[in-house]
Amino acid sequence: MSTTEAPIDDPKSAERSWFSSLLKLLHISSIRNGFRVAEIDNRLLGMLGALAVIWIVFHILSGGTFLTARNLWNLSVQTAVVAIMASGMVLIIVSRNIDLSVGSMLGMLGMAMAVVQTEVLPNWLGIGHWAIFPIALAFGLLIGALIGALQGAVVAYVGVPSFIVTLGGYLVWRGGAWALSRGRTIAPMDRTFQLLGGGSRGTIGETWTWIIGAVLCLGIVFLLWNSRRQRIKFAFRIRPMWAEITVGVIGCGAVLGTMFVLNHYYMAENLAKRYAVEHGIAYPAGGLQIPLGLANPVLIVLGVALVMAFVATRRRFGRYVFAIGGNPEAAELAGINTRRTIVKTFVLMGVLVAIAAAVSIGRLNAATSGLGTLSELYVIAAAVIGGTSLLGGIGTIPGAVLGALVTQSLQSGMVLMGIESAYQQIVIGIVLVIAVAIDSLFRKRVTT
Amino acid sequence: MAFGGVHAVDDVTVDLFPGEVVALVGGNGAGKTTLIKTLSGAHRADSGEIFIDGEQVDILGPRDAKDLGVETIYQTLALADNIDAPGNMFLGRELVSRWGTLDYSAMEHATRGVMGRLNPKFLNFKSSVSSLSGGQRQSVAIAKAVYFNARILIMDEPTAALGPAETAQVGELIRQLKAEGIGIFLISHDIHDVFDVADRISVMATGKLVGTVNKDEVTKDEVLAMIIMGKRPDETTQQDIEHLHD
Repeated sequence: MSTTEAPIDDPKSAERSWFSSLLKLLHISSIRNGFRVAEIDNRLLGMLGALAVIWIVFHILSGGTFLTARNLWNLSVQTAVVAIMASGMVLIIVSRNIDLSVGSMLGMLGMAMAVVQTEVLPNWLGIGHWAIFPIALAFGLLIGALIGALQGAVVAYVGVPSFIVTLGGYLVWRGGAWALSRGRTIAPMDRTFQLLGGGSRGTIGETWTWIIGAVLCLGIVFLLWNSRRQRIKFAFRIRPMWAEITVGVIGCGAVLGTMFVLNHYYMAENLAKRYAVEHGIAYPAGGLQIPLGLANPVLIVLGVALVMAFVATRRRFGRYVFAIGGNPEAAELAGINTRRTIVKTFVLMGVLVAIAAAVSIGRLNAATSGLGTLSELYVIAAAVIGGTSLLGGIGTIPGAVLGALVTQSLQSGMVLMGIESAYQQIVIGIVLVIAVAIDSLFRKRVTT
Repeated sequence: MAFGGVHAVDDVTVDLFPGEVVALVGGNGAGKTTLIKTLSGAHRADSGEIFIDGEQVDILGPRDAKDLGVETIYQTLALADNIDAPGNMFLGRELVSRWGTLDYSAMEHATRGVMGRLNPKFLNFKSSVSSLSGGQRQSVAIAKAVYFNARILIMDEPTAALGPAETAQVGELIRQLKAEGIGIFLISHDIHDVFDVADRISVMATGKLVGTVNKDEVTKDEVLAMIIMGKRPDETTQQDIEHLHD
């Protein structure tokens, strides 16, 4: 190995054919060099590595039940609610604020949508009317946006610290959830809401799963091609072709691999039988294997994460949020309307909480006044584990979604191992602190 | 301009002509920074008038000042440390594509263009400005003002954080911008810097204007006397000057 090793800083090494470079990737120092040349985000890679370790360890400890299509499919659905909210929390924390009220808001918005769809709209439209879903959802989104606007305005225009405003919100909205329900559990939900929550019927099926996978792959290729074209247009340094191809292949491989796994979890037998009856198919003796594919909540996470990442990195608004987090005074002096920007981050957060609430009540097929209790902490933990700095200015949407996946993986893995929930909390708490400690040590080493 | 009951700047008049450098000097708390912050839109004046090219203008915020061609380089540089050089240069005035998305390549291209003129050694366009040296950060702040074609440039202690070589560079740059017809307000503690580049010197003390003098008509000692004693050159006696050197 060492005899074929090229010096790491040899500039020509980047221009070698990508085949010989791939061979070089077999060596660890060259891997780091390869990543540097390929301009891949180190932090994201570190998280992916940590996730891989967690998955493999749990797979071994749980006696081979973790890395199964069934468990991974469930994991994807369980991650959804926290992931949706975490992608909004990133912008809040990046702008040096915090939102402690999201768990309570989730409870109240879920309850509000549940009451509207079961006790208000059926009186006017009749039970099971198609318009119940859009009206109830729109109602939830509107209330979410208004709550966000209210909290954001108090933070930005009145000048009350967001910690206090949302601590107040934490109590107010939880109380609101109780006031709406008077302690009742409201069930069942409208059929379309149930589909939103995932479950055996709430998936898009095998074909659409592959189609989504293909679209995502095309998107990756387009982004790579477009950035290369831009860099060529302005005569900037471009990545070597082998790096482009490697990034593209790895990205598409990850997407299609995920779709492949999700398409290998099948509908439960009794549901498959009913499916066969409904679709006039004879139920075969060996059982009917109907792939579930991408669950609706996961599809929503994908959509939310793409939109939020676009807003955060490609729009002026996102740039302003990061500028405020980096230096609020500089943002102000640059003529940015910092107050309006802050309000917008809270409005976005409110809308995302409403989406998460809709998914939650759909998945439970019920709304309880305790819905979302403690989830603000999991949401903040996901964002922070995903590399968002509480000092502001630093954070990414994909990181937060990965952070949500890491926390959920830990929880699911411990459930599979039969660990009591008290110990689960202890472990997740410790992991949160260790993750941030590693991150800050790493940052210190980089900057000095 | 008053904060609470305190008048930070009161009854001060300064003029600036194209291609001229007017230095604003004075001790701490003299009101220099407050004065220029009202010009740059960071503070709103309680009373008073601002004329540009003979027309009265209202500067209610940083945006207004920039729209009128008033660019400011703050002592703190006012950079967002977590964002790269092109991002800082275009902060608040980002270039966007047809679809309203940030045009990173165009911004980097423009930044490379300006930097090529100002500081050809500057090559770090991708990392956040927190990783840059003091001089490089200064270059970013100056590049901003130059790129957007300032007519009036306000420099608040531009050399406070710089070494001798970089300070000389800034002096050279000021002369260059002056030659292009830009009017410059220079705030400085360093009397030598001021005599190096300024055409006229306005001295402030306790929120009031002591006086404005032509550089060629005064000595450094006389200006020091204005700063410390608040006396105009015609009021200063030889005894006062000797007093300064005690």
